Amino acid sequence: MSALSDRPANPVVGQTIPHESAGLHVTGQALYTDDLTVRTHGVLHAHPVQAPHAHARITRMDTEPALAVEGVVRVLTKADVPGVNDAGVKHDEPLFPDEVMFYGHAVAWVLGETLEAARLGALAVEVDYDPLPALVNVKEAIAAERFQGATPRMERGDIDAGFAAAAHVFSGEFEFAGQEHFYLETHCSLAMVDESGQIFVQSSTQHPSETQDIVAHVMGIPSHEVTVQCLRMGGGFGGKEMQPHGFAAIAAIGATLTGRPVRLRLNRTQDLTMSGKRHGFHAQWRVGFNASGRLQALDATLTADGGWSLDLSEPVLARALCHIDNAYWVPNVRVNGRIAQTNKTSQTAFRGFGGPQGMLVMEDILGRCAPLLGLDAMELRRRNFYREGQSTPYGQPVKDADRMGTCWDQVTKTGEVERRRNQIATFNASHPTSRRALAMTPVKFGISFNLTAFNQAGALVHVYKDGSVLITHGGTEMGQGLHTKMLQVAATALGVPLSTVRLAPTRTDKVPNTSATAASSGADLNGGAVKNACEQIVDRLRGVASSILGVHPSDVRFSDGTVTSVGGGQVIPWGDLVNKAYFQRIQLWAAGFYRTEGLHWDSSVMHGSPFKYFSYGVAAAEVEVDGFTGAYRLRRVDIVHDVGDSLSPLLDIGQVEGAFVQGAGWLTLEDLRWDESDRPSRGRLATQAASTYKLPSFSEMPEVFNVALLERAHEEGAVYGSKAVGEPPLMLAFSVREALRQAAAAFGPAGISVDLASPATPEAVYWAVAEARRASEHGHVTEGGTGVVPDQSTADLRPAHPRSEQATNAATAGV
Amino acid sequence: MTGPDVPEPLHEVTVSVNGVRHTATVPARRLLSDFLRHDLALTGTHVGCEHGVCGACTILVDGAPMRSCLMFAVQARAHELTTVEGLGTIDAMGPVQQAFSECHGLQCGFCTPGFITTITAYLEENPDPTAEEARDAISGNLCRCTGYQNIVKSVLRAAEIRASADLGAPPLIDADARAGEAPP
Repeated sequence: MSALSDRPANPVVGQTIPHESAGLHVTGQALYTDDLTVRTHGVLHAHPVQAPHAHARITRMDTEPALAVEGVVRVLTKADVPGVNDAGVKHDEPLFPDEVMFYGHAVAWVLGETLEAARLGALAVEVDYDPLPALVNVKEAIAAERFQGATPRMERGDIDAGFAAAAHVFSGEFEFAGQEHFYLETHCSLAMVDESGQIFVQSSTQHPSETQDIVAHVMGIPSHEVTVQCLRMGGGFGGKEMQPHGFAAIAAIGATLTGRPVRLRLNRTQDLTMSGKRHGFHAQWRVGFNASGRLQALDATLTADGGWSLDLSEPVLARALCHIDNAYWVPNVRVNGRIAQTNKTSQTAFRGFGGPQGMLVMEDILGRCAPLLGLDAMELRRRNFYREGQSTPYGQPVKDADRMGTCWDQVTKTGEVERRRNQIATFNASHPTSRRALAMTPVKFGISFNLTAFNQAGALVHVYKDGSVLITHGGTEMGQGLHTKMLQVAATALGVPLSTVRLAPTRTDKVPNTSATAASSGADLNGGAVKNACEQIVDRLRGVASSILGVHPSDVRFSDGTVTSVGGGQVIPWGDLVNKAYFQRIQLWAAGFYRTEGLHWDSSVMHGSPFKYFSYGVAAAEVEVDGFTGAYRLRRVDIVHDVGDSLSPLLDIGQVEGAFVQGAGWLTLEDLRWDESDRPSRGRLATQAASTYKLPSFSEMPEVFNVALLERAHEEGAVYGSKAVGEPPLMLAFSVREALRQAAAAFGPAGISVDLASPATPEAVYWAVAEARRASEHGHVTEGGTGVVPDQSTADLRPAHPRSEQATNAATAGV
Repeated sequence: MTGPDVPEPLHEVTVSVNGVRHTATVPARRLLSDFLRHDLALTGTHVGCEHGVCGACTILVDGAPMRSCLMFAVQARAHELTTVEGLGTIDAMGPVQQAFSECHGLQCGFCTPGFITTITAYLEENPDPTAEEARDAISGNLCRCTGYQNIVKSVLRAAEIRASADLGAPPLIDADARAGEAPP
């Protein structure tokens, strides 16, 4: 065990405890950003002026009529930006646009004494537009060759030789939809101006440091004049990683110009029509298998539907490329990536961050090809698992690859998979109008930010003279339980009861230069930093205790609020020791820091070891499909998932269940529709409410849902032997989609390959059933030869070249 | 429609919330959810989808669960309202609150108040639900975080806590009031 992963005796980590804010949540006392509005004096409300075109040039704007509306205080336009008119980090997202880039794009913001006054003011702003042609789906953008940003390529082996030697070659295409985050709390910022014009923004943000950066560059002031605080979020899921910044900047401009606090809370329709979503993708692929069904070569071109600006599309694409292998060894690989520019919201981070999209391509390939190979899909998947010693296409050894097999075997056993498959066969033989199927799919997901620089974190731990402890760290709480885990880490590292430790909200003036709470890495990174800070304090207290106890400092033990020597004897209460230390002028607080060791990544050639470790999991899902309507039920789900030695089992199981259901929502229910007609409403999001965008509810839950955490799963490389949990289990939901495909195929002759659209709504399943029944062809898979070669970039590759890597290069070059 | 030049007429609204009388002067179109949050500063009631689908804003009107985003404040006149704040405190939680806390029936917590109010009313009617009934009872509320498993557990646990404790508090649903005066 490493120093990082080793747990002391009786640790607070690993205990089953409720969420740290549970009491506040259930009594309605927990505060979210918008709850501060009524507690703040003299607040102005911001309302956007949203453009009714998907793509247009603004030819005239007159804000005077708005100012005539009673209660309107000010209209914010481009002329009010004191610094850089840019809401992002790529300089392609003007905060106030000259050119409307998507339907609903905010072109101005109205500040009012009431939200109603601001709304009426926004209606009164006169804007003339010169409409331009709009591309509103990824295929239109591919046809028009409208791409943006990097065109990375990941390669290994000899692709031509791989296909030449393959016994079976298949080619196909696949397009699948994105997903709306639908966090229950919409975006919200409340900005105010402190003395000397310093700005304080409370924001529903997963990335307070970047919100601070963007507010500073929009305001044209240094970062030390901006403080951002996030109390908590009502869900984030990636949707508040990059998207909050512009809203915070608008509130900051408003507060600066009026001297009054400005509240910018998006209503649900605004949130849906203005903020980015999960990227939908288009994939062209060809794949080669040997005679026994082992993958020999994969050639694919992935096109992400990026929306109007880059936002996080480049790193999302990079992660998609890095996860197209999912759990499977493929010796010869070539995957190209590109980002379509479309006139839609700027698509962004969403739980999994491209990983799910890359993996979905592979699982779709295997699901479609298994019948063509004459193999059971379950057998095809299991046969191609990575084995110890093998590496990913980007060159990272797959550590603990055997855990996939362990998870798989456990699910097979506890899920009674063989017995149920026999039952299913009997059921299908005796039920002419419905079919059941069971599918199992694995997950392998890389943990760490792809970009090495982001894998750092800070924490601030204060021990007060009475022994009470206050911790702050750089991560944000969005329900995932990060704060609970950090309290457990601090209590464990200090050897005090949980009740001794309190946690203060995330603020940029407490811990600077933080990374987003994203990439599932919140607990790994911030936990490392909290632990480091606590250990500095304990080391100092160790000296004080050793002189009292008369033992060597290394023989002092801190546990459950008492300090003793390793052999027992005298017991010093924690509070007494702290108090004594204070009078000896011992520093009782510490700033902690953590950086993940051993990572390296070169995005220009898509090669390296960007991940600290991989998270594994396996799910088995059983469905029943009605042949008349395509309607289906999820009968049973069994999951075994690897979270290392869990820091907090109750929270981790909750994350697994929630992620799985959210993944199932993406793959089966949630159907984003944009108006693709040529009417003036072209590009308008048609599903802009909970009534038209179907979210998972109780009715779609598995009738039986068994979740187990993999045992004996210690992870050397992370805090107290744990593993990340936020994103990986989302992809366990592939099992549902593949079960639906198999159930649909079971309406046709044995061994038929069917296409299944994503999301696999009942309508999509109905069409898959219809395809199976026709039985005239094997879906849309081309067979033979060396396959259909996917589009290769005609221009030079444009490698991703992130700023932080440039900085590193510049530093090494002595610039 | 009230145009910019015609000031919207205001109405004095007096309601009883959690046993306390409140009076505020608001436009006729003020939603009850906004009234609670912004006029009365009772921010425990959350606004999620804003059109009656998600159930986050559910409160009890004369003991019956209602979506406060689908009611106007003026419609709440003369009714007894109960919000999540009225169902217990951290030191003295109601049974549903205690169950959600114990069973981890929440993550981000934003949907939680709507579940607490809905289930509190439900258990008044059906104090001993089966798991199937529990799922049915809350099928009209959305949660984006939990995957619902622990929410079902929380309902069943709340029924247990309720059954095992003589809470000594008057029932939230006043049967006479509900029979005689249907909420809007």
